[in-house]
Amino acid sequence: MQIILVLFLTFLSSLSANTDELLSSTLSKIGAHGEGNREATIAISKAKQLDPSAILPLLNAMNSANPVGDNWIRAVISETILSSDPANLPIEEIHQFLKNQSNAGSSRLTAFELLQDNSPKLANSIIPSFVHDPEPSLRRFAINKILLDASLEKDAEMALGLYQKALDSAREVDQIQEATKQLQKRGMEIDLVELMAFITDWEIVGPFDNTARTGFAKEYLPETERESGNSYSGKNGEANWTPFSTSHSLGMVDVNEACGYIKEAVAYAKTTFSSDKEQKVQVRLGSKNAWKVWVNGDLLYSRDEYHRGKTRIDQFVIDGEFKKGANKILLKVCQNEQTQSWTKQWEFCLRITDETGKAVTQGSVN
Amino acid sequence: MKVSNIIFFLLSFSLSQIVYAEWLAFRGSQGNGSSKSSDPGKIELQCKNSWVTELPGRGLSSPVVVQDTVFLTASSGPNQETLHIIAFDQTNGEKRWERKFKATGRTVCHEKTCVAASTIASDGHVLIAQFSSNDIFCLSLSGNLKWLRGLAYDNPNIANGLGMSSSPLIASGTAIIQVENDADSFSFGLDMADGTTLWKKERTRAANWTSPIAMRKNGREIIGLQSKDGFTAIDPVNGENIWAYEEGASTIPSSTWTEDDIVLVPSNGMTALQIGEELMNFQKIWRDNKLKPGTGSPAASEGKLYVVNNANVLSCASVKTGEIIWRMRLQGPVSSSPVIGAHYLYVFNETGLGQVVDLRDESPSVVHSIDLKDTILGTPAVSKDAIFIRSDQRLWKLGS
Repeated sequence: MQIILVLFLTFLSSLSANTDELLSSTLSKIGAHGEGNREATIAISKAKQLDPSAILPLLNAMNSANPVGDNWIRAVISETILSSDPANLPIEEIHQFLKNQSNAGSSRLTAFELLQDNSPKLANSIIPSFVHDPEPSLRRFAINKILLDASLEKDAEMALGLYQKALDSAREVDQIQEATKQLQKRGMEIDLVELMAFITDWEIVGPFDNTARTGFAKEYLPETERESGNSYSGKNGEANWTPFSTSHSLGMVDVNEACGYIKEAVAYAKTTFSSDKEQKVQVRLGSKNAWKVWVNGDLLYSRDEYHRGKTRIDQFVIDGEFKKGANKILLKVCQNEQTQSWTKQWEFCLRITDETGKAVTQGSVN
Repeated sequence: MKVSNIIFFLLSFSLSQIVYAEWLAFRGSQGNGSSKSSDPGKIELQCKNSWVTELPGRGLSSPVVVQDTVFLTASSGPNQETLHIIAFDQTNGEKRWERKFKATGRTVCHEKTCVAASTIASDGHVLIAQFSSNDIFCLSLSGNLKWLRGLAYDNPNIANGLGMSSSPLIASGTAIIQVENDADSFSFGLDMADGTTLWKKERTRAANWTSPIAMRKNGREIIGLQSKDGFTAIDPVNGENIWAYEEGASTIPSSTWTEDDIVLVPSNGMTALQIGEELMNFQKIWRDNKLKPGTGSPAASEGKLYVVNNANVLSCASVKTGEIIWRMRLQGPVSSSPVIGAHYLYVFNETGLGQVVDLRDESPSVVHSIDLKDTILGTPAVSKDAIFIRSDQRLWKLGS
């Protein structure tokens, strides 16, 4: 009888292990445009057979999944936890997974949220350790706590120190702005342009025609002859590359100032960014106008939308790569035909960060 | 039409007739904002059939009611990146389950709206939830994931800087998803079985917050897609055009299908299209710019249409002729759509004031009001002899 029981338990265990493997491999292979959905739909119907030992393999599977696959895996983990005895959840293993910064940020965030739901005391206790975390969403928790502690701190010196600590470590715009506001209230001078590394010095050429919004797709010479030309035939006659610097407190470049207050127009802005090393970067752009952005001649991204909301800092975060030395950034910014007061803006702000959101400043390499 | 789709359609259609008391989608199971079998009348905060519960995130989406459960979406987090789908016991408001996902598309929205703006659609068996990030989830009624799609992961430029709000629709075994913007603009037909793409239709490049509607007659079902160009009837199985009204239409309030085989299109005020046999053609029968809706969509019941304009005037008109029967002023501003029970009309303004109009009166007036003291932008559900309504923080069941 005992032998039968052992065999049965072994069978159940192997079934669970096979299901873990099947699910993990299927869900981590989910592709774009619904690729892998049919297989995943079948695989996920077996999620009820999983026990808590499946949670770590599923978190590991998230390391190789895309954001859509992550959501499939989140659902399986959620269903596994709901059908499990809370006492059997592998809390310590989840904690260790979270601590391991070689795991993907999204899977570590999921691990942390599992702790929040199932071991809130532990989750709260580890929040301060995220202050330098490479995953921005985890770092955010720590900065929030510092800002909260600072707001409750009665000792002015201590509060000042906490706000400074928050500012030094914050990566997200609202937290940077909150720490800055509090420090400025306490008499400190903070240059957000320098701190956040907005690019303020550009060369701008325009206007070119954008009647009926056709200029967005039209390849004017500044985008096809990036290096050779200086003088072009524009919408209002000759157009030349002209240096333009902004003194706006958040690095906003007002193209109206550079090109005249004109509708149905296209302008180009270019700059050279000196990078100390070859590195992956994020081009962080804000603009309520239609735009395209190139780095070293490669089109990174474009968006053909006008005046749907205001210009926001870091509105678009675009992955790119810098080579060591000079990197050419070219931006095309388009203004449309609308005449309402909220459509006058023709503007952008742009900065460069690393993958964690840390501002990348210009290097000394030419 | 595939056999499985026909079976799915027949089941769905039959079910929608049986479960008339349920509220299965944006503006109800028939998509016209009415429920003949539920009508609480004098709704109250403090009564045996009322409750209120806290929500984990923001939302403008309407509650839907399937069997004895209320389903709702919400979004939370610093960038509203956490997407919630929640089930509540309709009798007492207790949470039955909650599923959380992460947005895979853009979550930037105007302050007034949010990522959970689209209302869940159900066929009585499963739920389809859509978010402004263009993430689509199909869940069982008990919360088990059937499939999901990240449409913005596939098409990163299907986004609107102000946020999106089109609600999904289930028809003929297809989830109809409208994601129309100034940049990339599409409508999708997703297979209800596994979420794969049955068809993808290029649409006019213009921001569009309207929702698809179903038009049903003699066992046949077609879909209406509204845009700034007008109103296009399509086959839900393959997405092919059947006919198109091309005289322009609003991009905020949606069209309404009525029991008189007339579709009310918010176009040049309001335009009524009489739909022919087998739903294969249409004829414009009237137009009236005095019936132009504000933000909310028109409701229709018993041969009458009800519309609230931007000046907060509620108008009642004949569906067949467009003749205005009466008009009355409400306390505004009103963003949500009116909904109708057997005898009463319910509309909530942005300050949380619920206004109840007795439609049996010859010169109707607000016969009852209730102040929720909260910002209400979403449209209520009428079911179980109660009104279900949500704010960013709370969900109420208001009985009488």
